[in-house]
Amino acid sequence: MYKVVIGLEVHCELQTNSKVFSSSKNTYSSDPNSHVSAVDLGLPGVLPVTNEEAVKKALKSAMALNCKTPDEILFDRKNYFYPDLPKGFQITQVTKPMGKNGYLMINVDGTDKKVGIRQLHLEEDTASLDHYGSYSLIDYNRSGIPLIEIVTEPCMNSAEEALAFLEALRSVFLYCEVSEAKSDKGQMRCDVNISLMEENSTKMGTKVEIKNINSFGNVKEAIKYEIKRQTEILQSGGTVVQETRRYDDEDMKTYSMRNKVDAIDYKYYVEPNLVPVKLSNEYLEEIRKEIPPLQYERINKYMTDYGLSRYDATILVKEKAIAEYFEETIKEGADPKLSSNWITSVILGHLNKYELSITDIFVTPKMLTNLIKMVNDKVISSKQGKEVLYKALTEEKEPAVIVKESGMKQIVDDNVIEKFVLEVLDENPNVVLQYKNGKTNVIDFLVGQVMKKSRGQANPAMTMKMIKEQIEKR
Amino acid sequence: MDYMDKSIDEIRKALDNNEITSEKLFKEANALAHKYQEEYNCFVTILDEKEEDTSNKTILSGIPYGLKDNFSTKGILTTASSNILKDYVPVYDATVYKKLKQAGAVLVGKTVLDELAMGGTGTTAHTGIVRNPWDKTRMIGGSSAGSAAAVALGIVPFAIGSDTGDSVRKPAAFGGVVGFKPTYGRISRYGLFAFASSLDHVGYFTRNVKDAAYITDILKGQDELDMTSLPDDGKKYVDTIDNEIKGRKLFYIKEAVDLENYKDNDDPELKETLKKFYETIELCKQIGFEVEGVSIDRKLLNALYPSYIAISCAEATSNNANLTGIPFGSRGDGKSIEEIMFNARTNGFSELVKRRFVLGSLILQKENQEKLFLNAGRVRRMIVDKMNKLFEKYDGLIMPTSGGVAPKFGDKTDRLSDRYLILENHLVIGNFGGFPSISIPSGFVNGLPISINITGRVFEDDVVLNMAYKIEEKLNYKNQIAKGVK
Repeated sequence: MYKVVIGLEVHCELQTNSKVFSSSKNTYSSDPNSHVSAVDLGLPGVLPVTNEEAVKKALKSAMALNCKTPDEILFDRKNYFYPDLPKGFQITQVTKPMGKNGYLMINVDGTDKKVGIRQLHLEEDTASLDHYGSYSLIDYNRSGIPLIEIVTEPCMNSAEEALAFLEALRSVFLYCEVSEAKSDKGQMRCDVNISLMEENSTKMGTKVEIKNINSFGNVKEAIKYEIKRQTEILQSGGTVVQETRRYDDEDMKTYSMRNKVDAIDYKYYVEPNLVPVKLSNEYLEEIRKEIPPLQYERINKYMTDYGLSRYDATILVKEKAIAEYFEETIKEGADPKLSSNWITSVILGHLNKYELSITDIFVTPKMLTNLIKMVNDKVISSKQGKEVLYKALTEEKEPAVIVKESGMKQIVDDNVIEKFVLEVLDENPNVVLQYKNGKTNVIDFLVGQVMKKSRGQANPAMTMKMIKEQIEKR
Repeated sequence: MDYMDKSIDEIRKALDNNEITSEKLFKEANALAHKYQEEYNCFVTILDEKEEDTSNKTILSGIPYGLKDNFSTKGILTTASSNILKDYVPVYDATVYKKLKQAGAVLVGKTVLDELAMGGTGTTAHTGIVRNPWDKTRMIGGSSAGSAAAVALGIVPFAIGSDTGDSVRKPAAFGGVVGFKPTYGRISRYGLFAFASSLDHVGYFTRNVKDAAYITDILKGQDELDMTSLPDDGKKYVDTIDNEIKGRKLFYIKEAVDLENYKDNDDPELKETLKKFYETIELCKQIGFEVEGVSIDRKLLNALYPSYIAISCAEATSNNANLTGIPFGSRGDGKSIEEIMFNARTNGFSELVKRRFVLGSLILQKENQEKLFLNAGRVRRMIVDKMNKLFEKYDGLIMPTSGGVAPKFGDKTDRLSDRYLILENHLVIGNFGGFPSISIPSGFVNGLPISINITGRVFEDDVVLNMAYKIEEKLNYKNQIAKGVK
């Protein structure tokens, strides 16, 4: 058996108003070349102007990934010729990336793992090419869109870990509101470095790079295929070639693109048109303040402080807005387990059904908390509570109003319940006899009868207790 | 109708007194541009229609000028004198051009340069060589060759150039006119085709120092499109141009101008030039300057030119990588994208430019970068530190702009000689440090103009202009145009 070693290079487009070095709009458009300026085309004489919003978002991402930030903002040129690169160089960061030596915690099947982040840097995206047999078309809309690249340490050991990392990373971007991070729009793209080594060896295997895989699902498939391919080569006594491969999502295989041996010298040097800008602690702290508690942190808090299961906690943190909604109910004084239960079962069901976001719904955390309190205080039953919540969501009415209008309340008065119980027992002497003869499950029928008489308002627990007591007396 | 050899002040006065109209001035400049075109080749494009004037009134309203053909002009052919851009019509205006248009200055034409501003001879443009108005068998120098010649010929009272090593100040010297480049960042580079971004300056040719101050006052200021541009200092340089200079201190580099160092050199022209330089120094002292010779490590001085070549070629290689014929420019033939780009660049550039690109690429290669590129940067830092140290004591450096007069076409220079390494290349100090630097005519050797250069502290453009103005006054070569052309 072989040990799998995986490192990832993830590109993520930042969400900003304008491009990273020009004033063109940073927006996704299917209309080719509709958001293009002289700067994006690399016309003679143009100069880059750094977008501060992009810098801030890159720094925010770096800090959220526990990276060390640089003392100043500095850019470098990466020189190479390619038709998608109009200037003939890409402005990127080599000397002083926005982040270095960070990490991101992931959890796979209940086990925590720290994934090392080697660096995070800000750069400009290239144009996109569409190939049509004998010719190709260039769309410069993407040229100059701010991009951050995250390079991990080669420290993941399975496709599942790689996927968990990508999902955790996406959640960091979403929580920090730096990117929409949609892979179907090409906003998040991934290259995979993968090698196999002997189980008990310390010698790293030969690294193969798989380029630009367009979805997380394909990352998993590409890794699985590559593990299989390399395992077969090694088992048959062959050697893995160091190369760059591409993944074909039609037949789910990887194909060789080029040998690593003739690697390109990018002739990096410091971009002379962008003077270095010192970063003050105050500036960095302002940005750091805007980073919210992230998924991993929240899951642990929900589990240890609120006693939720990992499963429920994970569902609640999928979206920051949902996690915040949940936390708001707790702040209002709701029971965490009940709140979690009602959010995950009723509210998320409602959101899915109507394709809504939690910020769209009428029921506020405060309303939900009040409803939970009514159940806790036995004003209404749990069953009634859920009905009210459904109604509140669909009819956009306050739960308290619904409870009041429908005369829905729980009967907790002993005398009233006793009256119903005695009536039911009197009307069903045969059932009482059955119970006395040991067929105790008939009690559910009797409870049901009481509920019927009370129009569902009798407290079920109290009713059951009282039926038992009364039968004992007969 | 005879104004193009006058100063800006004189033309302004004539306009304001309604002795002349801007239309007539444009016609005069246009006629002169055509008249001298075949003989001297100043222009790539001569405008025959005056651009619409939408400006507020400024000192430059209605005054014709020439613009080097490496400034982006919307709708007007801009070739950088290179075949790869021979049909390139920009879609946006350079900030300099925009400001001049707003100031009401009238563009007469786009002037010839050494291809892509690389070179100092004025002989490498795709439209042919530029000749020196003082002697047609000689170079005007470069790279801003056409702008220099146009001002020296009296076609326009001023012309814009760019200066990466000496590309304004050297041709100004050979043309007997004033050449000034202000502090790096004083004027926006947006729209100036980049040669070496860390060294590129906007500069200009005038026939007197005050005109240079007028133009600086119009062009200076921060540009949100150029992050290296400086915030405006709020000064009007023309207001302080006549300030008292008594007590101002100048220094010259002994190693470069000491006649003792050229004992083995039998070039009489060099000796005459240096002799005249010392005469100028005496004049400076007479009007109140203190002038001293200062020694700078010869090793450092010898490293200036190679360091300049390393830095400028490296940056040029990268800056001109946009010229592939794909998004714009002359397209190459070929079956693959690589072939198309390869052919566009192979056919689009001259030998000299290709040689510099190859050199620049070599210098930036991983295995060479430390030794060639980064060491050049260290030399740059050392000389700038040295200069800043000297500027604590002195207000400026005064030097002969060149070691002699304009060379003849085909003249061979020994690039490893002291004269070449130091005396012909000390002007790069101004680019290395971004120092304001001006060349003004200081006399004649063998009937051809020679010049002195004054370089001052960074940000002190006003002081440099003031000192140059005072020396110019004493020297009395103000407002000259090439003899014999009139």
